[in-house]
Amino acid sequence: MQVDRKLLEHVAEVARIKLTEEEVNKFLPQLKEALEFFSKLKEVNTEGVKPSFQPVELKNAMREDKEKECLSQEDALSLTEHKKDGYFKGPRAV
Amino acid sequence: MATNQFIEKIKNQEIDIVEHTEKLIEESKEINKEYNYLNIISEELALQQADSLKKLIKNKDKSIKNKKLLGIAVSVKDSICVKDVESTAGSRILQGYKPLFDAFAVQRVKEEGGIIIGKTCQDEFGFGGFSVNVGIGCKVPLNPFDKERSCGGSSGGAAGLSQKLDGHIALGESTGGSIVEPASFCGVYGLCPTYGRVSRYGLIDFANSLDKIGPMGKNIEDAALLIGVISGHDAKDSTSLNVKNENYESYLKKPVKGMKIGIIKEAFGSGVEREVEKNVYNGIEELEEEGAKAEEISLELPIKYGIATYYMIATSEASTNLAKLCGMRYGMAEKLEGSFNEYFTKVRSNNFGDEVKRRIIIGTFARMAGYRDAFYLKAMKVRTLMINEYKKAFKKFDALVSPTTSILAPKFSDIGNLTPLQHYMIDLMTVSPNVCGLPHLNVPVGFEKNLPIGMLLTADHLQEGKLIKLGSAVEKGK
Repeated sequence: MQVDRKLLEHVAEVARIKLTEEEVNKFLPQLKEALEFFSKLKEVNTEGVKPSFQPVELKNAMREDKEKECLSQEDALSLTEHKKDGYFKGPRAV
Repeated sequence: MATNQFIEKIKNQEIDIVEHTEKLIEESKEINKEYNYLNIISEELALQQADSLKKLIKNKDKSIKNKKLLGIAVSVKDSICVKDVESTAGSRILQGYKPLFDAFAVQRVKEEGGIIIGKTCQDEFGFGGFSVNVGIGCKVPLNPFDKERSCGGSSGGAAGLSQKLDGHIALGESTGGSIVEPASFCGVYGLCPTYGRVSRYGLIDFANSLDKIGPMGKNIEDAALLIGVISGHDAKDSTSLNVKNENYESYLKKPVKGMKIGIIKEAFGSGVEREVEKNVYNGIEELEEEGAKAEEISLELPIKYGIATYYMIATSEASTNLAKLCGMRYGMAEKLEGSFNEYFTKVRSNNFGDEVKRRIIIGTFARMAGYRDAFYLKAMKVRTLMINEYKKAFKKFDALVSPTTSILAPKFSDIGNLTPLQHYMIDLMTVSPNVCGLPHLNVPVGFEKNLPIGMLLTADHLQEGKLIKLGSAVEKGK
């Protein structure tokens, strides 16, 4: 695995984070060190082992298909200045 | 004064609930000036609550009779939502966010007459073990025993305030050790419950399969009281366990004779400070004097691979959870300029702190095509093996014991020299119970160089009662 500047910048872009030159220089050796350490998981034999996505056994939890009170449109919009005509207003799509 | 005596005095009006609340708010302000434990002191809410409770008490309203936290001050970790009180998880990206609802745990505290006094500081989103990764503009909490040292983290404010402010219990939250580790450095009890025991509704997510809300307090009675209040099934959290609620206080001061304690062999010896080891052994001896039987056990996988497994799961889940924070519907917003991607990138880059950026990047990497199987999925499989190893141990033992941390609370000047990976290693003892969703408790066992030392007890799923029993036996021995 080659952890280099190109990979770091690509991953950051996917995560919608723009790194400054200073951050790239700081994070790159740190990430290398961390990922190398995490790679030691490959020493563990997990053949035939099922992944545990939760630490305890859980069944699908469904609620009854009944109408219930929920957040009003007014309340939902109360926490942002970016709104118009009862909708959230976002940046341009293209 | 013991909490139950205090509640009686509030009920029979020997202590005026409003005056008492005002006094604690003033004390909190004084403590905060010196130690920075609270991001927000919710004075208005606290006094409102006290006022309405006072009316009920005066009118001898029936509802007062059974309120389990009547007049008790409760602080809430910043990542747990309190209605109308700024809740930022210590991050500037949530600056100004005042939730429209209470978290389940907070709602339960209010229902039982607990008074919410404020939001305690933390590492941003819980990303840290020393509370030095506080968000941009937040202050670092100082250790109650030595201001040049850390409180631990990420529930650092909660731990420090629990030590300093009498008559108060804290709601903390743990993903990889964030309840017990700061509790250890600040000399208080911290109980992290079984995953799913307490609803996560209203908790600002860090990692969905790891987050747990739990109590922190100066004595085991308070922790037992608060865990009883906040436990229980909640339909609003699909991972909430539908199990019977227990009376945790019934486990206090019960004999521990015949209980079996496994001393985790790999958690002692090299890398553990001698003072820490000595005091933890003293704690074990106290349990033995009460009739518990202790024996060594090897738990290789959790100690050897716990950190790597934990950080892979935690960062992967965090990187998806934090994707929703983009300056749109709540929290920090900036001028709407550029395309979606440009706007989101600007808000996130300007407002997340360093450690948040690092973890999002590690987590995004671990989930990417080509790496997902080797990192993310692999960690989920190692987790299965770790759970199996613990389950095997719990066939023989009621609880497992280790130091909570291998060192005494470190100085800020030393923390500053650590690399992120060295920083992650502080969680060595605590990550594995967290990865496996096992309940665990920090028990203060002694002091060295005027700094507290904690012993970590871990039990099988849903066996919080055993931890309370054992913790209470050590407390009794003091």
